[in-house]
Amino acid sequence: MAIYSEEEARQIMQKALSYSKADTCEINMTGSESGNIRYARNTVSTSGHRSNQTLVVQSSFGMRSGTATIDEFDDASLEKVVKRAEELAKLSPENPEFMEPLGPQEYDKSITYVESTAKITPEYRAKVAASSIEPAAAKDVTAAGFLDDSAGFSAIMNSNGLFAYNKSTNVNFTVTMRSNDGTGSGWSSRDFNDVSKFDASEASKVAIDKALMSKNAKAIEPGKYTVILEPAASVQLLNNMFGAFNARTADEGRSFMSKEGGGTKLGEKIVDERVNIWSDPLHPDVPASTWNGQGQPLKKMKWLENGVVKNLAYSRYWAKQQGVESVPFPSNGIMEGGDASLEDLIKDTKKGILVTRLWYIRTVDPQTLLYTGLTRDGTFYIENGKIKHPIKNFRFNESPIIMLNNLETLGEQVRVDGNLIPYMKVRDFTFTSLSDAV
Amino acid sequence: MKRRNFVQLAGLGAGALMMPFPMMGKSIPVEALLESGMDVATKKRMADVALNTAKSMGATYADARIGRYLNQYVFTREDKVQNVVNTESFGIGIRVIADGTWGFASTNNVNPEGIKKATEQAIAIAKANARIQKEPVKLAPVKGHGEVSWKTPIEKDFKDVPVSEKVDLLLKANAAAMENGANFVNSALFMVNEQKYFASTEGSYIDQDVHRIWPTFGVTAIDRSAGKFKSRQALSAPMGMGYEYMNGLASEKVEGPAGITLYRNSYDIVEDATLAAKQAKEMLSAKSVEPGKYDLVLEPNHLGLTIHESVGHPLELDRVLGYEANYAGTSFATLDKWKSGDFQYGSKIVNLVADKTQPGSLGAVGYDDEGVKCKKWDLVRNGILVNYQAIRDQVHMIDQKESHGCCYSQSWNDVQFQRMPNVSLEPGTEKYSARDMIKDVEKGIYIAGRGSYSIDQQRYNFQFGGTVFYEIKNGEIAGMLNDVAYQSNTQEFWNSCTKICDENDYRLFGSFFDGKGQPSQVSAVSHGSSTTRFNGVNVINTGRNV
Repeated sequence: MAIYSEEEARQIMQKALSYSKADTCEINMTGSESGNIRYARNTVSTSGHRSNQTLVVQSSFGMRSGTATIDEFDDASLEKVVKRAEELAKLSPENPEFMEPLGPQEYDKSITYVESTAKITPEYRAKVAASSIEPAAAKDVTAAGFLDDSAGFSAIMNSNGLFAYNKSTNVNFTVTMRSNDGTGSGWSSRDFNDVSKFDASEASKVAIDKALMSKNAKAIEPGKYTVILEPAASVQLLNNMFGAFNARTADEGRSFMSKEGGGTKLGEKIVDERVNIWSDPLHPDVPASTWNGQGQPLKKMKWLENGVVKNLAYSRYWAKQQGVESVPFPSNGIMEGGDASLEDLIKDTKKGILVTRLWYIRTVDPQTLLYTGLTRDGTFYIENGKIKHPIKNFRFNESPIIMLNNLETLGEQVRVDGNLIPYMKVRDFTFTSLSDAV
Repeated sequence: MKRRNFVQLAGLGAGALMMPFPMMGKSIPVEALLESGMDVATKKRMADVALNTAKSMGATYADARIGRYLNQYVFTREDKVQNVVNTESFGIGIRVIADGTWGFASTNNVNPEGIKKATEQAIAIAKANARIQKEPVKLAPVKGHGEVSWKTPIEKDFKDVPVSEKVDLLLKANAAAMENGANFVNSALFMVNEQKYFASTEGSYIDQDVHRIWPTFGVTAIDRSAGKFKSRQALSAPMGMGYEYMNGLASEKVEGPAGITLYRNSYDIVEDATLAAKQAKEMLSAKSVEPGKYDLVLEPNHLGLTIHESVGHPLELDRVLGYEANYAGTSFATLDKWKSGDFQYGSKIVNLVADKTQPGSLGAVGYDDEGVKCKKWDLVRNGILVNYQAIRDQVHMIDQKESHGCCYSQSWNDVQFQRMPNVSLEPGTEKYSARDMIKDVEKGIYIAGRGSYSIDQQRYNFQFGGTVFYEIKNGEIAGMLNDVAYQSNTQEFWNSCTKICDENDYRLFGSFFDGKGQPSQVSAVSHGSSTTRFNGVNVINTGRNV
């Protein structure tokens, strides 16, 4: 059993700490049980189960640190791993960016663990596969999908008296449905902490419908179009944009957040004033850990408020250098939405394109946060408030900064990849070429 | 943000915090890298426990892989050592066929009891999945090889080189970059040793010792007043070599246009970092490209990635057949195109070969991870698509009898599956240098090194950037360019290939962490080519005002 209770974890870590002879010692402990099933060509291809447990010790003498890892937790192993970390620390060069471990902290109680998810069985996974494969086969469609579920814990303790423990569960599902004539493709994804919220048949139906709707797509000219981005289409661009919220690279002058002439864009309006993005580990729809790997508490934090950069993330080292409070990176992202459903957004669009997802997104220019990638698995032309016909996929070259400046309407929020992202209608989204890919 | 990014940022302790990607194994003291690990006779005994257990439980086939994976990574920035990581991962993976279905399980308890238990799990998984299996496994025959071994032909084992020597070399490269105008520099050395033992119920007992190395850096120059920054990455290639790759031998240097030095089988990191700093500074004021059609002259360390994405991936048979449909995608290179025998993948001078034996390459091994002896085969001959990349349970689907020997697993605890072999473009047959090629171009762009890359899920439409770009005007290099990316379609692009330099210009590009599969696994692969010309390719300008 790789999932230890808070008390069991505390005892193991206390035991390990009792062997420490270093100036400071910090211990991280994790364990998880996970299972998956993969299917393609309307049949199961692989499935597996994994059990992992790890204890990481970082011992420090002055500014010299050593890290050692072990997956057995008996007394002799614990003593060995602490000794090894200390030996490594003595051999290491001094790290001028070393930060002493934090003292005791106050944490909110997280809501990331759901018992039913921890009890998923191989039979349940096979049933999920069947609820994709059977309806697909009935409609002359081929299913390929992947279900991955896990239950785990993480804990931290150090020689300065800090202790934190968290348990969490996750279930992630993606499915691609392709029409057997090869001209249509649809996709959907779902992720939850609580598996009882997951309906594999519903998710599979969305993908099957899109596969059938996207058959025999027509080519239209690349150019600037009004787009309705499903949350799965915008999440990665937003996530990539978030990478620029790093105070250090901004201060160093090598980030989109660096300002001409020096300084950063903290406090500046960079996108439409309706854009509000924050993080909140206690949000019931996207719960996340209430502390990070260094034991820093994670609280609700605003990043963009009315289009203005409200915070940049400061590591403990960089915060000390700059004489400010450390602002840890968040464990989720929430973007404010509106009331409009996807149907409402389509109804209010004279001419536009509905994008299911964007794929193979890569940085083109870190200076402007320009990214390229392609639409995939369901791209449709909208005219006079209705989906007119499927269109061939496009390559885009666009920056999320430009995208959020060209915002037209915010729709309902949807959970995607552990974040809450709204449907968005955006004008002048830049498509630069056509792709024949289905 | 994505959960995995959170894991990277929040980390699992300070050691993990420094890692830019997930790492396998537990950390060990540096001396432990030199320990010999389990001896071959014991490995054979342990593997036989798995094979015998599987057979006694009704498996029609079984293989066991006992792996010891040793990694050493060194990270530095400017004058600081950020981290030195030594890891070891040891265990056994057992794969079986029962009731016509694959089952796989693994354990780090490499003793008879642990192995027996894992084998029973693998059988149980196979039997459970057999109930919904519609395509029973058919394996291409392989003759048992008996007890054999293979080793990457290295001159200097990275494990014998003191960490201080590696750190000193990186810091020297960093200092050279800073002295030549860089504002920031990050450098790293990745070194891998896979000690793999494979045994199967068909009578193979294969012991292999595989080595790989990748030195790399990123140099950044900043213009604070204009609020601009530019980065230049290393022009090294990850290689299937020992530490001798770091020797910087003059005989392995290739003089490129505009004063660039390029590297064959030996790398001079200090020299490259010096040039990188100068080029990063030059980029800050380089001219922005005029979009339009250009003849592209692509240097091997750039072209390798284009080969990887537009030839390597679309010719993976599992993609063609739909097994990767939910993740990486499928392929435009469908079976009907191959069967027609006249699908013009490229122009007549385009010959693309798959090769698991090429010395110095990342993919070179003696035998693949299902005991098939490695070989070289054609993918595209005289421009025509002639074959795919396939393993034992796939070749029957393309009416072939022999596996191509390109099965791989990243570790003992992941199941092996079809992975890309080295895929390379054959050099031209007549004597022709990169200098000759530039002389023959009226309006073109010379591109060296890898950059931004993106391609659709069937591998038609792609867009590539590069590390450095130079304008070619009337047969001469006319200065550095910025904001260059080319967009094309795979078949159109390879058919626009008009000239390939000769073998004197042939070099390897490499990808150290190529991802595929769900759950995702990494593998390392090389792509060789000589400088090559493509006519009339669409170039876009990627500059924006934000």
